Amino acid sequence: MKNVGIVIVSHSPKVAEGTADMVRQMVGEEVPLAWCGGNPDGGLGTQVGAIMAAIETAWSEAGVAVLVDLGGAETNSEMAVEMIGEPRASRIVICNAPIVEGAVMAATEASGGASLKDVVATAHELAPA
Amino acid sequence: METMTTIDLSALIAGVADTIAAHAEELTALDRAIGDGDHGLNMKRGFEAVRAETAPLSEKPLPDALKAIGTKLVMTVGGASGPLFGTLFMTLGKEISSEPRRAEFAAALGKAIDAVAARGKSQLGQKTMLDVLYPVQAAIAAGKTGREVAEAADRATEATKPMKAIRGRASFLGDRSIGHVDAGARSSALIVRAVAEMLEPGA
Repeated sequence: MKNVGIVIVSHSPKVAEGTADMVRQMVGEEVPLAWCGGNPDGGLGTQVGAIMAAIETAWSEAGVAVLVDLGGAETNSEMAVEMIGEPRASRIVICNAPIVEGAVMAATEASGGASLKDVVATAHELAPA
Repeated sequence: METMTTIDLSALIAGVADTIAAHAEELTALDRAIGDGDHGLNMKRGFEAVRAETAPLSEKPLPDALKAIGTKLVMTVGGASGPLFGTLFMTLGKEISSEPRRAEFAAALGKAIDAVAARGKSQLGQKTMLDVLYPVQAAIAAGKTGREVAEAADRATEATKPMKAIRGRASFLGDRSIGHVDAGARSSALIVRAVAEMLEPGA
């Protein structure tokens, strides 16, 4: 797959899966997509291992844009990127954007073959100033 | 505690895991007051996962054991606490030798705490674990006894109460975060006390 991949990381598996459903509705199979959410006990939370696996699933040589919800999702995603390490780490960007809107807009941009930089920029436009 | 060569790592792991398990509900209650209420459960899950690896960890040189503990915490704690406590132990392992003396340990701990601050994009005074870890590091560097270090940790924990949270979930509450002890500060102090008591019985 040449298009940038999208990863959705929410504390809630329902939010993550629902967001992924909305992305799929927009872009079908044009964009590599993966989501994760929840802690190992079935509660709300995020896990580094699950995020690493999701990035692996959605991996594209063009890079991966990660959409997160609250603080822990961001910290865990940053840790996951660091643990994945180079050469992939520099092609993974954690977006500063609302998770649902950011994922849908980023994926739509990605489906047209946009670069990681442009995909991320599209998501960042949604961030509150 | 001049040298740390006589550390019984398996006893240390058991001591810390026991403490976290015994205080899991208290930590969760603290977190529930101004956060998302999963801190105790998360920390317990992480340290029980470390406990399960006690045998292989005990066979490693101290730096490797600390790095492995950190990685285990990263992968099992969840929440922001996983990367934060994980980074603390991973960096400590990276900065320390197999037989650290106190000054070296203090310097390595200082770098590890700086790494936690960078990971959390936080600093002193923002009602976080850093508000306990930095005073603890200062006490160790100043040559304080284990008991004094543990007491410094407890005082620093209490000092987070009047602080307003600037980072993490508690910061969403703004002024309403004032008047509660930070859960990460409390768990940090619990770990410090468990380690201090282990290295210096009676602390």
